[in-house]
Amino acid sequence: MADRLTRSSARNIFYGGSVFFFLVFAGLVAHSHFYAISTSIGGVQPDEAVARGKHVWERNSCINCHTILGEGAYFAPELGNVWVRYGGRDDPEGAREALIAWIQAMPTGIEGRRQMPNFNLTDQELDDLTRFFEWVSNIDTLGWPPNEAG
Amino acid sequence: MLRYQTQKLAYMYFVGALVLFLAQVTFGVLAGTIYVLPNLLSEVLPFHIIRMIHTNSLIVWLLMGFFGATYYLIPEEAERDIFSPLIAKLQFWLFLGAGGVAVVGYLFRIHEGREFLEQPIYVKVAIVVAVLMFLFNVSMTVLKGRKTAVNTVLLLGLWLAGIFYFFAFYNPTNLVLDKMYWWWVVHLWVEGVWELIMAAVLAYLLIKVTGVDREIIEKWLYVIVALSLFSGLLGTGHHYFWIGLPSYWLWVGSIFSTFEILPFFAMVVWAFYLLYQGGRRHENKAALLWAVGCPVMAFFGAGVWGFMHTLHPINYYTHGTQVTAAHGHLAFYGAYVMINIAVFTYAMPSLRGLMPFNQLLNMWSFWLMTSAMAFMTFTLTFAGIVQTHMQRVVGGYSYMDVQDQLALFFWMRLGSGVVVVVAAVLLVYSLLGPVREQLTAGRRVDAEPMPAE
Repeated sequence: MADRLTRSSARNIFYGGSVFFFLVFAGLVAHSHFYAISTSIGGVQPDEAVARGKHVWERNSCINCHTILGEGAYFAPELGNVWVRYGGRDDPEGAREALIAWIQAMPTGIEGRRQMPNFNLTDQELDDLTRFFEWVSNIDTLGWPPNEAG
Repeated sequence: MLRYQTQKLAYMYFVGALVLFLAQVTFGVLAGTIYVLPNLLSEVLPFHIIRMIHTNSLIVWLLMGFFGATYYLIPEEAERDIFSPLIAKLQFWLFLGAGGVAVVGYLFRIHEGREFLEQPIYVKVAIVVAVLMFLFNVSMTVLKGRKTAVNTVLLLGLWLAGIFYFFAFYNPTNLVLDKMYWWWVVHLWVEGVWELIMAAVLAYLLIKVTGVDREIIEKWLYVIVALSLFSGLLGTGHHYFWIGLPSYWLWVGSIFSTFEILPFFAMVVWAFYLLYQGGRRHENKAALLWAVGCPVMAFFGAGVWGFMHTLHPINYYTHGTQVTAAHGHLAFYGAYVMINIAVFTYAMPSLRGLMPFNQLLNMWSFWLMTSAMAFMTFTLTFAGIVQTHMQRVVGGYSYMDVQDQLALFFWMRLGSGVVVVVAAVLLVYSLLGPVREQLTAGRRVDAEPMPAE
C-alpha cells in the first residue's frame, strides 16, 4: 500500500481529511456551546457577583496552585466542589462563612505544611469568590469528582 | 559554511531560547523544592508565581526555538534568503521583550489568571504583533521561493498556532465556555498544530542527517501530520469529559485520543527506517542522537503516557492528579524540548562557522537529561497512582492527607530535577561555550563516497 501512495495523494488526504475533521469538531463544539449556556448549568446564568468572583479567582491566579474541575496546578485541593465539601448544599450561609474564615486565616505558617498566601481580599471580594464557587458547584460534570475529596 | 547568509538570524533566537530554558528548569527545581520544603519562600515568592514562570518560560523558549529553526531551515528549503532580516531582528527583540516584561511582572504579581495564558493583555498583544511579523516574513520568503512539503507543513503549523492563539483573548464568564475555548489554544497547539511544526522540523533534520531521498521523507511527513490532525482535533474531547459538556465527548474523546498515539509511533518508525535506509551518517552524531531520541521520547511521553489515562473510565479517577503532571512533563520534553535541542545541535556548528564540536559533552547531556526526565516521569506516575488510589478509589482521605503520603516520590522528583538542571547547563556550555574538540574537515563524510586511500 505504501508504495502506491504518492506524495501528492498523501498531501491531498492530509488537507481533505483535516478540513473534514475540523468541521466535525467545530460542529460538535457549536452544539456544546449551546449546551454549556443552557443544560449543563441548569439554566442558572452566572450573575454579576459570580462574574466578579471569577475575576477575583483570576486576579490572584488561584489556578496555579489549585485545580478547578480537575484543571490547574496539582499543588492544592480541587475547588470545583469546595462548596459541596463545605456543606454548602445544606447550609449555604454556614459554608460561606467557613470558606471566608479559612481564606482569611492564611497563611497558617505551620512548619512542613503547604502555605497559601494571604491575598488581602476585601469583604466584597470574599463574598463574590464564594458565590463563584457556589455557581461552579452546580455545573453538571457527569458525576466528577468521584467523591468529596475532589 | 552557511548556504544563505540570513540563516544566521537563527543564532540569536537559539541563544535567547537556551537562556530561557535555563530559567525554566531553574524555576522548575524551585517549585519541586517547595513540594518537599513547603515553607520555603512562601511569603516572598509563593508557589503560584514560581509555577507561572516555569510554564510560561517553557512556552516562550519553545516558540523562540521554533522561530529560530524556521529562519534556519526556510532559506535552504525555499532556496532564497529571508525576505527581511530587519523584521526578523525586530521581531526577536519584541518577542524577547514581551516575554521579559511578563516574567518580571509576574514577580510583582502582575498577571492574569488563566493557566498558561497569564500574560497581561498588552503582552498578549505584543506577542501577536511579533508572531504576525514572523509569519509575514517567512511566508514572503516561501512565496517567492521553492515550496517543499517541509516548508509548507511548517508554515501551516505556524500559521494555525498563531490563529488559535486568538482564543486567548476570549474569556467568557461562564466557566464551562471559558474552559472549552481555552483548550482551543492549549490542546490545539500541543496536540495539534505544534505536531505539524515538530514533524516538519524532524523531516528537515532526517533529510540532512540520513541523506535519504526527499520524496520518500516528504510523503511520510504528510501521512504523519494527517494522523496528527485526524486524531488530535476530535481528540480534544478528552479534555471535555468533566467540565460540564455533553456526554458524547466521553466516547469521541476516548476513541480519537487513543489514535493520538499513532503519529508518534509513525514518527519512531519513520526515523529508524530512514536511519537504516540512509547510506551515509552525518558527522554531527550529537544532532543525530537528539533527532532520533526526540520521536522515541515523544512516543513514550505524549503517546504511551497520554493513552494511559485518556480513556474516560480511567480518566474519571486520574483526572487532575500527579498522573497528569507525569504525562505533561515527558510529553513536552520528548516532543518539543528535544526537537528544539536537535535543531540547536544540528545548526550551531554552521552558525558559529565550525565543524561539529563538543560532541561528547553534548551527548552526555542527552543521556543525563533524558534519563532524568524519564525518572521524574516514573516518580510522578507512582505518586499519581498512589494519589488516585487513596483519594479517588478507596476514598475517605482528604487531599492534603494523601499529599503527605507522597513525600518520598516528591523528593525523588526533586533529585531528578536537579540532574536535569545540571544536564541543561552542560548542554548550553557545549553549544555556546568554548570549543573543546572539533571534528576536522578531513573526517567529514560527504554525500559522495570518499576516494579510496
